[in-house]
Amino acid sequence: MENLISMRDLDPKHILNLIDKAGKIEKKEIWPDMRGKVMASLFFEPSTRTQLSFDTAMKRLGGEVIQMSGTKGTSVEKGETLSDTVKIINQYSDIIVVRHPLEGAARYISEQVRIPVVNAGDGSNQHPSQSMLDLYSIFKTQGTLSGLTIALVGDLKYGRTVHSLVYALSSFAPKFYFISPELLSMPKYITEDLDKLNIRYEVLSNFEQVVPELDIMYVTRIQRERFADPQEYERVKNTYIIRAAQLKDVKSSFKILHPLPRVNEIHVDVDVLPSAYYFEQAGNGVYMRQSILSTLLGVE
Amino acid sequence: MKHLKVDPIKEGTVIDHIPANKALKVISIIKPVNDDIVTIGINFSSKKFGRKDIVKIEGRELTSAEVNTISLVAPNANVIIIRDYQVVNKRLVEIPDIIKGSAQCGNPKCITNNESMTTCFTTVSRDPVRLRCSYCERIFDIDELKVD
Repeated sequence: MENLISMRDLDPKHILNLIDKAGKIEKKEIWPDMRGKVMASLFFEPSTRTQLSFDTAMKRLGGEVIQMSGTKGTSVEKGETLSDTVKIINQYSDIIVVRHPLEGAARYISEQVRIPVVNAGDGSNQHPSQSMLDLYSIFKTQGTLSGLTIALVGDLKYGRTVHSLVYALSSFAPKFYFISPELLSMPKYITEDLDKLNIRYEVLSNFEQVVPELDIMYVTRIQRERFADPQEYERVKNTYIIRAAQLKDVKSSFKILHPLPRVNEIHVDVDVLPSAYYFEQAGNGVYMRQSILSTLLGVE
Repeated sequence: MKHLKVDPIKEGTVIDHIPANKALKVISIIKPVNDDIVTIGINFSSKKFGRKDIVKIEGRELTSAEVNTISLVAPNANVIIIRDYQVVNKRLVEIPDIIKGSAQCGNPKCITNNESMTTCFTTVSRDPVRLRCSYCERIFDIDELKVD
């Protein structure tokens, strides 16, 4: 594995190896020694959670971090090409973690540099480290990735975490329920891929009928910033508000995941349920990112 | 005696079995220069397809890159190389598995539409022609892409 750009590049063996290593790091069975390694954290688009999670992951393994957060005051504002920017960063660091508003930017950057690149989100395309931490969370709570029934609820059109997760799970014989307002339904190019892979999925407008058979409910925020028309956002923003009362008849291993931040799509009365797993999920991100960074740098 | 609607050429390339009304698209791909002599036939009758277009370009043999690009808009075309009025090579175009630089991505937020770089697509399906951008990963019908 040279880079982590898209879940479509990872085969099940890569996925399970990264999960296995994250588990060993979390249990303190191993401590990949990253002393002397420098991670360049290039966030062309603002993010706090993902950037801090990567920084923490690197620093807790003894590595160093250099950062760019937003493009204000940088050479990018002066008109430097993306290619030139990253070739310079290549001289300063051992690995690049990049978030960029343009789709495909991370893959392009990986072609411009000679060090590993991790895609920390490219527009509404992929966010594979989030998917890997989601998979790690699913594996930890279910003991397997295979044969699970998973509902994806919320913004399935622009939610890149959902897109990455669907591809990631598609190697493990899942059954999906896609539950969203029609305006925010799963893109056709993804459902076509699933059709080719013979993955079972159903498109629903309501989640309550399938709750008893679910292993995982993965909820996403309806993102105001993705709407050009504020009225459209107003029309769909409160379509799904999940409350504790709707989750009475669930499997004992059932868990609710959310990439966070949430707005109101999961009511706070859900937080006290044993099935609420979203805060632990965020914590799992550090172990998974340690696994990703150390694997790409060849540190065991 | 066989009646020819267009004159035979001495040297050059004939592109036959272009879908009806796509000849001008093929012309835009082969980009004739000042001295090139090009014959265009539109809506000829065809036993196979009902109607077809045909393009002849004199004095020039198309490169494989040009043929690959033509395959995107005319997936059933025949490319015939003529030397001294004789057919020396005749082959069906074939859409390659990977297509570099022949089409622009239809996603305005794709990096390929914002940086000076070569596009790259993988072929998802040949009938109908559907391609996946290797960068933004979206799948497009061929009509959604600008082929050049």
